[in-house]
Amino acid sequence: MSTLQDASPGPSATPTAGLGPVSLAKQIRRLWQGESGLGPILIGLAALIIYFQVRTSVFLSAGNITNLLIQSTIFILLGMAEIWLLLMGDIDLSLGYSAGIGGAVAVILTSAKYNWPWVVALPLGVLFCVGVSALLGTLVIRLRLPSFIVTLAGQIGLLGVLLFLINTQGNTGGSLPVQNGILNDLVNGDLTPLATWLVILGSVGLLGWTILRSERRRRNAGLESKPLWWTIVKVSALLITGVALALVFNTNRSTFTDLNGMPFAIPIDAAVLGVGTFILTKTRAGRYIYAIGGNVEAARRAGINVNRYRLLAFAISGFITGVAGLLYVSRLGGISSGIEGGQYVLYAVAAGVIGGTSLFGGRGKMIHAVVGGIVIGTIANGMALINVSAAGLYMVTALVLLAAVVVDSVARRSSSSTN
Amino acid sequence: MTSPEPPENTSPKNGRSAGGSEVDVASRGQLLSLRGITKNFGPVQALQHVDLDVPEGKVTALIGDNGAGKSVLIKTISGIYPPSSGQILWRGREVHAHAPRDATELGIATVYQDLALCDNLDIVQNMYLGREETRVGQLDEIKMELATKELLKDLAVSTVKSVRQLVGSLSGGQRQAIAVARAVMRDSQLVIMDEPTAALGVSQTAQVLELVRTLAARGIAVILISHNLNDVFGVADRIAVMHLGTLVSQGPIGNYDTASAVEMITTGASSRVPTTVLDGD
Repeated sequence: MSTLQDASPGPSATPTAGLGPVSLAKQIRRLWQGESGLGPILIGLAALIIYFQVRTSVFLSAGNITNLLIQSTIFILLGMAEIWLLLMGDIDLSLGYSAGIGGAVAVILTSAKYNWPWVVALPLGVLFCVGVSALLGTLVIRLRLPSFIVTLAGQIGLLGVLLFLINTQGNTGGSLPVQNGILNDLVNGDLTPLATWLVILGSVGLLGWTILRSERRRRNAGLESKPLWWTIVKVSALLITGVALALVFNTNRSTFTDLNGMPFAIPIDAAVLGVGTFILTKTRAGRYIYAIGGNVEAARRAGINVNRYRLLAFAISGFITGVAGLLYVSRLGGISSGIEGGQYVLYAVAAGVIGGTSLFGGRGKMIHAVVGGIVIGTIANGMALINVSAAGLYMVTALVLLAAVVVDSVARRSSSSTN
Repeated sequence: MTSPEPPENTSPKNGRSAGGSEVDVASRGQLLSLRGITKNFGPVQALQHVDLDVPEGKVTALIGDNGAGKSVLIKTISGIYPPSSGQILWRGREVHAHAPRDATELGIATVYQDLALCDNLDIVQNMYLGREETRVGQLDEIKMELATKELLKDLAVSTVKSVRQLVGSLSGGQRQAIAVARAVMRDSQLVIMDEPTAALGVSQTAQVLELVRTLAARGIAVILISHNLNDVFGVADRIAVMHLGTLVSQGPIGNYDTASAVEMITTGASSRVPTTVLDGD
């Protein structure tokens, strides 16, 4: 059928029949649903923010917003790690402790006792997490075991490994402090205000340029493209968010000294988000991960090496987990035998689901973990500010998670019945 | 078992004994010929000496009751079950398809009842699944989308609103059309369709049957498995009837009518249509 392959693309290519002009309302609805299904949760987040701001004026202060984002980082990163598995209908319950061990490896190797350079120690910590995820993934794939059980065993076993690691360092009282400046600065260090502006505007520019270019390409090829006003609105929204964030970060957060600039953790989150999104949406590997989550048999019959891509997803998940571990120990100022790795991993799953990722595979995006993680962080932060007890915090988080699942399931039902 | 043989009903005499890859005279002009294909599952003989001819650009309807061996036969053709004995000839040359990939490389595409589509991916993504076009390492969405639109237009699949629709939101007939279009896109010369209209309503069935005719008009051979004799007589050029693991009759559609087809499906023979000679039986 060479005639098909040679079909010359060009502006003359007529659209498939039935593709007439669409009404504005319908177009808006499609954009709303099409844009990663983030609509409902963003409204929910806005409601939360308004509520907390009404209750306490500190909530939207520059210092608190920065603090909130730092608090959310662990949920965001572990969530972004978990997304890769949720996309395939898998789950990894061991990520929390895996991150803890990755962080512990970095802490131990950079301690005064060993004094390894951070350029070696930090990647080794991340590599450890990649290894753990690849090992668990291999068990799941080769032995055809449910990932839930394998990684539950992993969670328990890794807690043991973590305690063992900490115990090897002598009588430390169950915790090891961070003794390396770079590791400490991952979360506690800031870019200079100028660098903050450059990084943020540079990122917005890159993203905006990518969006505009891809829309222009589609238009030039004679394909249905989003209306120009939508693209402009989208890029402007990005720019406004970026400028607002830069202003927030560059406001002095301390009453005693000068404390301003974007914490390093934020561009690290953004880099993971950007690279992960690129792999998932622009490469074959990403496409295959979605296909495996959607219909594994179809993927296999299409000639996709299902096992290879499942293992790849596990490994990428492990990599992001390692990054999360480094930021985690950096924020805590050390690693302790009391870390709640089991709970963090459940928050990570919750972050993805709150953002709109399906637990059953095939549907989800990196950005979901970011939004979901910020929602969880917002609740934790806001509830603490208005002096709600831990009891209330857990109950509200549970309600938000439930609401997210309900909204998701209702949305799916309505979208599958639109035909 | 011998019976008079009408000129059109093909019945190669020595297919099974023809060794090597020499050209089989009787299979000349056929795209696919099976000669004495037998398939055993342990003691169970699922296929017994099946001789089937599939000409180019023709729709061959494969009919038979449940358990007659239709599914095993198409799985043998598409490389899922290697035959226990017998020959598969592709354009007159013997081929050995041991794996689905071998069959795909020959140009045989099978559209199973479950269609093997990913509901969470859109039409373009499904069409190109496993063979995506890339440009400097990145998926070339524009190229894939243009080609998909072009192909759907060529196949006169006009009911889908946008090729960026998720396949999960399509109707049964549209899904079938996408699965077939994907087979066509992969340069297939033989498309095997397993019960394509089984779950479809009247108008969607008509669309799928029209698509089958479009394929034949493009020179693609189609093997259509169907229980619905209305569909078969509406769309097929040839009929092949299976009964208890044997191919009891094959020939141009004009040799059959609904009554004789039903008779052969249920009893394996018809007083009105001569059965194919199966030598050696």
